[in-house]
Amino acid sequence: MKKNTVLGLEVPCGPNGVSVITVLQAIQGYYGYLPEEALEKAARELKVPLIDFYSVATFYKNFRLAPQGRREVVTCTGTACHVRGSEKITEEISRTLGVDIGSTTEDGEYSLKCVNCVGACALAPLVIVDGRYYGQMTSLKVRRLFSDNPTKTEQTVSSGLSE
Amino acid sequence: MDLEAPKIKSAEEFFYIQRNYQKQYRDNNRFIVICGDTGCTARNSKAILGNLDRCLKEKDLSETVGTRFTGCLGLCESGPLVIVYPEEILYHRVIPDDMLEIVEETVLEGRIIDRLIYRDPSSGEKYAYARDLPFYKKQVRNLLGGNWKTDPTKIEDYIALGGYEALVKAVTEMSPGEVVQEVKEARLRGRGGAGFDAGLKWEECFKASGRKFIICNADEGDPGAFMDRSLLEGNPHAVLEGLIIGAYATGAREGVVYIRSEYPTAVEKIKTAINRAEELGLVGDDILGSGFGVQIYLSIGAGAFVCGETSALIASVDGRIGEPVQKPPRLVQHGYLDRPTVVNNVETLANVPHIIKQGAENYRATGTEASSGTKIFSLVGKVNNTGLVEVPLGMTLREIIFEIGGGIKEGKAFKAVQTGGPSGGCLPASYLDLPTDFESLTEVGSLMGSGGMIVMDEDTCMVDLAGYFLKFLADESCGCCFTCREGINRLLELVQNISCGRGSLDQLDLLKELAEVVKDSTLCGLGQTAPNPVLSTIKYFEDEYRAHILQNKCPAGVCRALITFEIIESYCNGCGLCKKNCPSDAITGEQKQTHYIDKDQCDKCGICFSTCRNEAILKQ
Repeated sequence: MKKNTVLGLEVPCGPNGVSVITVLQAIQGYYGYLPEEALEKAARELKVPLIDFYSVATFYKNFRLAPQGRREVVTCTGTACHVRGSEKITEEISRTLGVDIGSTTEDGEYSLKCVNCVGACALAPLVIVDGRYYGQMTSLKVRRLFSDNPTKTEQTVSSGLSE
Repeated sequence: MDLEAPKIKSAEEFFYIQRNYQKQYRDNNRFIVICGDTGCTARNSKAILGNLDRCLKEKDLSETVGTRFTGCLGLCESGPLVIVYPEEILYHRVIPDDMLEIVEETVLEGRIIDRLIYRDPSSGEKYAYARDLPFYKKQVRNLLGGNWKTDPTKIEDYIALGGYEALVKAVTEMSPGEVVQEVKEARLRGRGGAGFDAGLKWEECFKASGRKFIICNADEGDPGAFMDRSLLEGNPHAVLEGLIIGAYATGAREGVVYIRSEYPTAVEKIKTAINRAEELGLVGDDILGSGFGVQIYLSIGAGAFVCGETSALIASVDGRIGEPVQKPPRLVQHGYLDRPTVVNNVETLANVPHIIKQGAENYRATGTEASSGTKIFSLVGKVNNTGLVEVPLGMTLREIIFEIGGGIKEGKAFKAVQTGGPSGGCLPASYLDLPTDFESLTEVGSLMGSGGMIVMDEDTCMVDLAGYFLKFLADESCGCCFTCREGINRLLELVQNISCGRGSLDQLDLLKELAEVVKDSTLCGLGQTAPNPVLSTIKYFEDEYRAHILQNKCPAGVCRALITFEIIESYCNGCGLCKKNCPSDAITGEQKQTHYIDKDQCDKCGICFSTCRNEAILKQ
């Protein structure tokens, strides 16, 4: 597959070369978010109005204009997770970590976000912490997952299929 | 893996290489399959693979016993799954420590380990061999069958099992027009939702001239659906082969796989598949010396449900915001870069090699007259055997949910099944004998959609569910049409009013009226189908809406504003578990004395209800 460089970053090409989306993905892949300065530079380099970058960055859910917490907590809110109680799980995480959906804790440790379905419906309700999946969550498992001794709990939560 | 393999230049060369791969495959028929799908991986199947490799090394079996980390094996509920070949012994809920026993007992001694074999939750019967499981027995796994025996990262496995034969046949024996004709005769209908005739779409593109494109739509956004993800993770070459054949038939020389970023494993698998196919010369210029060539690109989505709509998808491939555009002109006339473009769903493309290989007539033998072939459903929700099922089109909902799915969890009562994702509808028990094909489902106010099938039991509130879908759609509306942008939000407000006990019968009428307006006055499929969940739940479960409005009650005990929690004094032994776990400090009481819930303080999270061991908490 062909690639091109923008801001020194490798950007995969489509039939029409690089696109605003692929450039933003590359920038976010490198910085973890979309820093203003990088967007300005990329816009100049590609001779695309900066507003195009911002309109795309704010339209799609994956793009972030601010840095995220060191650990990313994602709850799945797909239908299967919803009917198995994901709303309560999200609420419990929000309460346990003291963070609202879509924001980051004050100490910059955790970011909490919801996604619409990750397609692992058999594990519903599902929570993903830094890319690791925790299935069949309950409010109590949430508390254990984020307790003082996370390593021990992580094992029990992920290997225990039920309470 | 032979990375230096030269490009295949002719059909003869292909079959020569295939014979080699087949010999390798046959010679290594003792192998162990571990499900490496997202679901099973989340349950530690990578550690199982690691342990297995270690055990095999210790027993000096690494040379004689192969391992395959495959895509979804279907029965996700019982994961992680392990299958021992050639006997096809299926073990479920395996943990890494079980691997030593499996190697010692099953591989070396040929004994079946009783505690690891599948036990049917409803009948209690045990099944040792995968083929005997009731879950698999009624299925026709034409597309998913490949997942069982193929390592998705190895093109060798796919070719050994007959993969790319259809491509060879198409480009060396058939003209593009003949391929189009074959697909048309097979009556292959788009599996992405609308059910449009794929052959017709191809024909129109075939007739157009100049630069053309074919796009594989892998933006599977419907919540509760993961068919496409599993196909891409388990058998990416099947999708790729369909795409290449599609390019040949339509005359497109550039193909794009548009895949959502929420599926990182699928992205990796399809990327590897494209690279391997390029190395062997099955993608690129002059495929098999036929003069036909196609370049395949990968385009990764950035998180927008509306991009599943084809015109929005094309905007997104082009790097713009995913706003749908008015059709006509249809995409097959003015699509990507304003050129003729065909967009096909993942599952549709995966069907193509089967059609070419076995011929349209044989393909049509499965399914119904108007909807031929099989359909993959993701059977999820409150059903015993959650997982992926592939059945001939036209099988009844009852067969799928009760015979394959094993019925409702915990013996509860079936309430409804939701098909078609957020655009679909909810069907009550009286429609269980409805055949699942495109027309039947649409007729009763639901949709086939991409194949999500969410089963609901007595504990699901239909008003809450309608609210859930509206919230989803309100979030995902691109904002282009006023009636979609504002209308869905107003619908949501009305439904939320009802679930809070602030509704009235007038509002119910207003809800229906507004739903019709949204349906009639929006541009794309998202808005036009957005009111379906509301309309279908009102149509079939109006009683529940009325109970919320007239009696201020939520019969399923879900809507928070309408339920209360109370402790039944005679059942409470004062263990204090509820008090300890209550996040809002609403429970009081001394150790070994009856506890009480302060209703003003209680925020109805239900933790006490699920933690009490004495069933002393009353929810009503």
